[in-house]
Amino acid sequence: MSITRRNSLGAALAAGFAVAMAGPAAAQGPVRIGAVLSVTGPASFLGDPELKTLQLYIDQVNAQGGLLGRKLVLVHYDDGGEAGKANGFTKRLLDNDHVDVIIGGSTTGSTMAMIPLVDRAQVPFISLAGGVEIVEPVKKWVFKTPYTDRMAAERVFADMKQRGLTKVALLSETSGFGISGRKQSKLVAAKYGITLVADETYGPKDTDVTAQLTKIKSNPAVQALFVFGFGQGPALVTKNYAQLGMKMPLYQSHGVASEGFIKLAGAAAEGVRLPSAPLLIADKLPAGDPQKKVVEDYVTAYTTKYHEPVSGFGGDTYTAFEIWVDAVKRAGSFDKAKVRDAIEQTKGFVGISGIVNMSPTDHMGLDVSAARLLEIHNGTWTLVK
Amino acid sequence: MALPRSFGLGALLVVLAVLPAILPNDFYLDVAIRMAINAVVVIGLNLLIGYTGQISLGHAGFLGIGAYASAILTANYGWPSAAAMLAGAIGSGGLALLVARPILRLKGHYLAMATLGLGIIISIVLVNEVALTGGPDGMSVPNFSLFGFEIASEQAWYWVVAVLLLGTTWLALNLIDSPAGRALQAIHGSEIAARVAGIDTTAAKVRIFVLSAVLTSIMGSVTAHYLAFVTPTLSDFFHSIALVTMVVIGGMASIYGSLLGAVLLTALPQVLAGLEGGETVVFGLILIVTMIFLPRGLVPSLALRRLALRRRRA
Repeated sequence: MSITRRNSLGAALAAGFAVAMAGPAAAQGPVRIGAVLSVTGPASFLGDPELKTLQLYIDQVNAQGGLLGRKLVLVHYDDGGEAGKANGFTKRLLDNDHVDVIIGGSTTGSTMAMIPLVDRAQVPFISLAGGVEIVEPVKKWVFKTPYTDRMAAERVFADMKQRGLTKVALLSETSGFGISGRKQSKLVAAKYGITLVADETYGPKDTDVTAQLTKIKSNPAVQALFVFGFGQGPALVTKNYAQLGMKMPLYQSHGVASEGFIKLAGAAAEGVRLPSAPLLIADKLPAGDPQKKVVEDYVTAYTTKYHEPVSGFGGDTYTAFEIWVDAVKRAGSFDKAKVRDAIEQTKGFVGISGIVNMSPTDHMGLDVSAARLLEIHNGTWTLVK
Repeated sequence: MALPRSFGLGALLVVLAVLPAILPNDFYLDVAIRMAINAVVVIGLNLLIGYTGQISLGHAGFLGIGAYASAILTANYGWPSAAAMLAGAIGSGGLALLVARPILRLKGHYLAMATLGLGIIISIVLVNEVALTGGPDGMSVPNFSLFGFEIASEQAWYWVVAVLLLGTTWLALNLIDSPAGRALQAIHGSEIAARVAGIDTTAAKVRIFVLSAVLTSIMGSVTAHYLAFVTPTLSDFFHSIALVTMVVIGGMASIYGSLLGAVLLTALPQVLAGLEGGETVVFGLILIVTMIFLPRGLVPSLALRRLALRRRRA
């Protein structure tokens, strides 16, 4: 409603000038990319690399003369991990900043709070959060780039099945990440012939999980342990696991796919297996790997600019931004509806999250093969073949 | 202070009526709605903290109960929105009534600890009951509908919360000057003296605790329907602290102070959003400076200063 009011006001003003002059002048203005990220607060480990990646690649596009001859401008707000704030800032991006695309929603909660607004305003929206519910059911304007916790669980269960481990203990964190992971793990276990014979949880701030581990250890049916958590918790679990002298194979989720985990868990991390995007093992990817060049270029660009190790979240942001750039180029315009259609038609796009094949029924475009299985060996990652 | 009560209410009415016409777009209207929602909660909290002197560090818990009652009952069980809101309010009021007697017997730090615990327990339940609440990722909430009308647009919500704010302000202004309100202020001054004067202090404290819990719960329901999405961060400890901060900054025992506190602390994050991560530092500085130079809160401190100035002239 206010937009019409503004338009009529603009029209009245423009009437004083030559209308023909106003048209092309507006078209040459910068393109506005909106972002709502959790740069501070408990989810800042997500938002920080995401924002840095966006800034890095927007600068790069601008340095090369812009996109379709227009400069890109980033308008970003920090939701501090609060869904209510994400909702408010999205309104600001849509109604006040008039952005052409929104990237972000670092967490599933924030993303879900943004979706109704984006849907109503009809602006392409690429989320950086993991939850399956973002793209299931498919929403017309909503896309996402990180693979889901369900796919991570599937990748782990597939490997267990291959090794003949069918009786598994699940130990999950009571954080958003862990709770969602637990739900998805229970959902897909049967598909791989896996039975969850134990289902324990720990708090994200716990300082000791030996009680849960002892219970699992004394359960004779358990053949393998699968931990679903993020940050310090899983490192603590790994340490306690080593202290208790447990021998069953230990699997972690993609939540620990960062150098920090190896540092925290130390020698205890030896032999731990986990699913991850290929970002962590850029230098170990075989020469023929289709993602090798993209991944290596990103690692070089990011570490040169920021002097810190890359994380998977930045990689997902790169994929989101480049998918949009690619779609704009194919659409040949910034028209929101045309760009949306082009994003939906993305095929064989080589990103960091994986090879993306979108369709009207799949707004993520990744399959289980996007997650690589890594094993920690001598304090570094190795690719399990 | 010397102004008649109707003047303040009239001014509020005029501001609320004119605001939508001068705000440039829906985003500003959104901020105004959030301010009004916070203001209602803060007025209720100020009746408890500022006037009665009973601190609560768990009020976001009641916000959570209201929000999730509306979310769960309408989305999962198909209840009408108004019935769900009422159920939340009854639930919050009931819980407040249940815990008020043991909790309000405590004083000072102990009372703060007990209410803190209450808020955290509610928050933990909302996070962990995944099947019901969706866990930390939250859940979607349908639009608010009453008699076949749906409230969905910013404009519609603005008028709803504006009426709620005006009603609450009127109610609170009347309450504090009523015998019951005088009794509350007497409890703040000295509980023993109040009891000597024949006031049933326990009953008075319980009543005001329940009233503010119910008011908070209703605004929780409004928040849930307005945002169309709830997460447990609504009910967490930091939100409780933010609400208490609004009371303290605006002014203890001042209804208009509550309004100002809510307006300022809701606007600040938006104003400071462009500071690239420096906003928390600036935010903290503003709080510190206010507390050092205006220790009674904005409205009472400024009112006192004006009074002192007038006396000096006389």
